[in-house]
Amino acid sequence: MKVLTLNFLTCARKTCKQNPAAFPLHPKEAELEQIETDINPLFIQNMLPRLDWEAMKTVTNELGLPNLPLETPTAEALVDESSGEPSQTLKDLHSLLMETSVASGKLVCANCGHEYAVKEGIANFLLPSHMV
Amino acid sequence: MSNPAKQSESYEDEHVHAVYEQIASHFSSTRYKPWPIIERFLKALPDYSVGLDIGCGNGKYLAVNPKVFIVGSDRSSNLVRIASRHQPHAVAVADILDLPHALHAFDFAISIAVVHHLSTPERRIEAVRSILETLRFEDGRALVYVWALEQEGSRRGWTEDDEQDVMVPWVMKGSKKGRSSAANGECDGKPAEDQTFHRYYHLYHKGELEGDIEAAGGTVVEAGYEKDNWWVIAKRAKAA
Repeated sequence: MKVLTLNFLTCARKTCKQNPAAFPLHPKEAELEQIETDINPLFIQNMLPRLDWEAMKTVTNELGLPNLPLETPTAEALVDESSGEPSQTLKDLHSLLMETSVASGKLVCANCGHEYAVKEGIANFLLPSHMV
Repeated sequence: MSNPAKQSESYEDEHVHAVYEQIASHFSSTRYKPWPIIERFLKALPDYSVGLDIGCGNGKYLAVNPKVFIVGSDRSSNLVRIASRHQPHAVAVADILDLPHALHAFDFAISIAVVHHLSTPERRIEAVRSILETLRFEDGRALVYVWALEQEGSRRGWTEDDEQDVMVPWVMKGSKKGRSSAANGECDGKPAEDQTFHRYYHLYHKGELEGDIEAAGGTVVEAGYEKDNWWVIAKRAKAA
């Protein structure tokens, strides 16, 4: 599960969803892997404004990844001015958001403390029946 | 009946979830062609829309439009594993009634051939509500697609007078060479027999899906019938 995905996930419990503490989920005992994919500059450029950047920073920080820029990078920052090629910023974002993946571990809700397992790169949000 | 909701849940566990888990790889090999209405909906989305495929199965709709970002989810971890191939999208194992997504946050959602697997009217409406709740107000759109009761032309031949709650067989043909037992892909080399699994369906009659959408706080934007299925494109009726 790539790091980008964490920006679109929250606790599955109805009682948590309305609570700001349920987002983002916090990775725990995460094993990371790097899965190479082709860089897609337009995809990243268009996803950036959709991301909750504070949540993204929290998650990458908790995963021990390199620091993200303090603010959401602008479209201009993604292109190398002289060559028109992807800038280093864009390459770093691609590596961090699209290629770095949680292979296994847990995702923890800070509101209720429930831990969701991640196995073989896939998070499981099925709740035990007493929590539904 | 001490707890009807729990009872429906375990009924669906046995007659829907467990079956898909077992037939996942065979089911997936028969599901590759996108249906026209769904393809049209996905291709008409503004570039780089962000949405959900709720009950994504093998993920065949993740591949339709590479210029949108979709988080797919399904109850079957075997199907989700198959769906996880479709980059740049994302997938997770989740239940339609307990989705791991923020409310009112997404541009679109599709839920194809999913809601008809819930076994009571209340749970089907709850499932539709769960889909609609993920949408932004008021531009977010959901496409919901369910099996129709009225399908005289199909090999099943149901008509509007037939029973709506049915068990539908899924047959995995055995072969003389010995074949994989679909759950784990192992091949034991012995001749295999046909295996039949039954899935629970609620077959929708004309107008019923629109009723569920409205009962769940939605407004029907467009609706129709396509090849044995009823479909609706809906939005949330109110901001909150």
